[in-house]
Amino acid sequence: MTRAGQALGYDEVVRVRGLSKTYPAIRGRRGTPGTPEVRATDGVELDVRRGEVFGLLGPNGAGKSTLVRQLTGLLRPDAGSVEILGHDIVRHPERAARILAYLGQESSALDELTVSLAVETTGRLRGLDVRRARAERDAVLEELGLTPIAGRALKKLSGGQRRLACFAAALVGRRPLLVLDEPTTGMDPVARRAVWAAVDRRRAEDGTTVLLVTHNVIEAETVLDRVAVLDQGRVIACDTPAGLKARVAGEVRVELVWRERAPLEVPEVAVLRERAARSGRRWTLRLAPEEARAVVATVTGGAAFAALDDFTLATPSLEDVYLALGGEARQGLVRA
Amino acid sequence: MSVVPAEVLPGGSRAVPETASGPAELGPRARLWPSLAAVYRAQLSRARVARIPLLFVATFQSIGIAVMMRGVVEGGDEAQSVVAGSSVLVVAYVALNLLSQYFGQLRASGGLDHYATLPVPPAAVVLGAAAAYASFTVPGTLVTAVFGCVLFGLPLTNLWVLLAVVPLAGAALAGLGAACGLLAPRPELATLLGQLGMSAALLLGVLPAGRMPEVIRLARDLLPSTYGVEAYARTFGPHPDWALVLADLGVCAGVGVVSLAVATRAYRRAAVR
Repeated sequence: MTRAGQALGYDEVVRVRGLSKTYPAIRGRRGTPGTPEVRATDGVELDVRRGEVFGLLGPNGAGKSTLVRQLTGLLRPDAGSVEILGHDIVRHPERAARILAYLGQESSALDELTVSLAVETTGRLRGLDVRRARAERDAVLEELGLTPIAGRALKKLSGGQRRLACFAAALVGRRPLLVLDEPTTGMDPVARRAVWAAVDRRRAEDGTTVLLVTHNVIEAETVLDRVAVLDQGRVIACDTPAGLKARVAGEVRVELVWRERAPLEVPEVAVLRERAARSGRRWTLRLAPEEARAVVATVTGGAAFAALDDFTLATPSLEDVYLALGGEARQGLVRA
Repeated sequence: MSVVPAEVLPGGSRAVPETASGPAELGPRARLWPSLAAVYRAQLSRARVARIPLLFVATFQSIGIAVMMRGVVEGGDEAQSVVAGSSVLVVAYVALNLLSQYFGQLRASGGLDHYATLPVPPAAVVLGAAAAYASFTVPGTLVTAVFGCVLFGLPLTNLWVLLAVVPLAGAALAGLGAACGLLAPRPELATLLGQLGMSAALLLGVLPAGRMPEVIRLARDLLPSTYGVEAYARTFGPHPDWALVLADLGVCAGVGVVSLAVATRAYRRAAVR
């Protein structure tokens, strides 16, 4: 499949132009207030290249899931085009199922099956014959460390294990594009590593492209090749995580936590007071690197150090980028 | 985290000209029968885990009704329709009521997305689930029928007819149940519709038709399970009219085809919004 794609020379796996979807206003009934019209996606333009891990980052309600449902053929857009490996998904939504594998947020279709049967059945419904479905099932369960719990029903598992089992189901019957909607929610670090190792292996072996939805900035920074930042249905920036962070480069974030109160009798500290975003005993400063070095030198010596409980020095995160770009939501992005 | 830079990946090279000549090859489509078999197997295993208690309820309910009717019905034709009606009631309970609940919940929880993003024919999902639910009613139906025959002193000779009645009435009712579940805008409504259908099957199927007012009898004729009940009820006599039995089963089959087609369309509608 991917080989065929390569022969034809697709550089862009997904091409989205002017994609819009407006949910109509709902009139209030007795006792329930109505909701106004919502532009869930608003003129979205995206290009995802072969072999990338491409991220959609944004707080809850930014339009990530609506966008993904439009890309997977589950939701018809009001306007705009979606092309995946040369196929028009708006006109032929049923083709999406033959190009991509989708891991949604819900597992209710598989909940009452055993891990093994859930994966095998998904493989068969992805067009594999019984023998290949079973062979791929065994390989994927082994790869993700699910073999010991293969015989247990999904609903009897912990949230993270259930998520991993659904991820396994998305991997059988290999597809050139994986669309993963917050795949690692609830997973412990071991399971997370298993997920990203499996993704990397498929990238290396098949050139698989991954479209990842996340609201976790730490994960976004470590895993993604490129990221589109969504806010209120619009793409407000699209670049590599490093490229995005370069927009707020030249700044270092310094966080200071004082024991009881800030030692304002130290002149250098008193000067910083006005520039810091203060939240109780915690001060957050965005400074040029030289300034940051000077501040650290000041607070780690002399009278200021005696009053200092903790300090951190960090390069800006995608969260800082999101805020610098004018993202509306002050909360909603997760650092974990 | 990613250890493989995109540039060194196969096909990741930017030197490849972007002049694509036609769309890429699509992955295989899942064919109807293999995917139907896969859905059937998965649904059967689901049902085995989650539905056994409900199957007991269905069976005891039907047996209870047969016992209750023993005090009302004298025997003869009426006894035959009570036994046939309570046997088919097990099918109505599982195929109509439980299946509409299942699809209603699957739709509401977003579980349909899983099937809708797999290249599987809608008919395979609907038929597989319907067939699994229908075949799960076979033991309950047989137990109820045997118990009823013994209770009312009816012959067990033509019990095998149930092997045709269950799948055909099952198809008709399961199609209706699935369509209700997939079309209902909210899962509570799906449950309600399933319950109503099941109540109709209970009242119109078990009570002897001879005592009903004309309007109710018309409603009875509109209910597909009625033909399953009548087909079985006709076989108790010493010389059953097999042509009429076949005709009744034919009606069941016809309604089954139509209602499953409706359910398949409902699935398509529910999957892509």
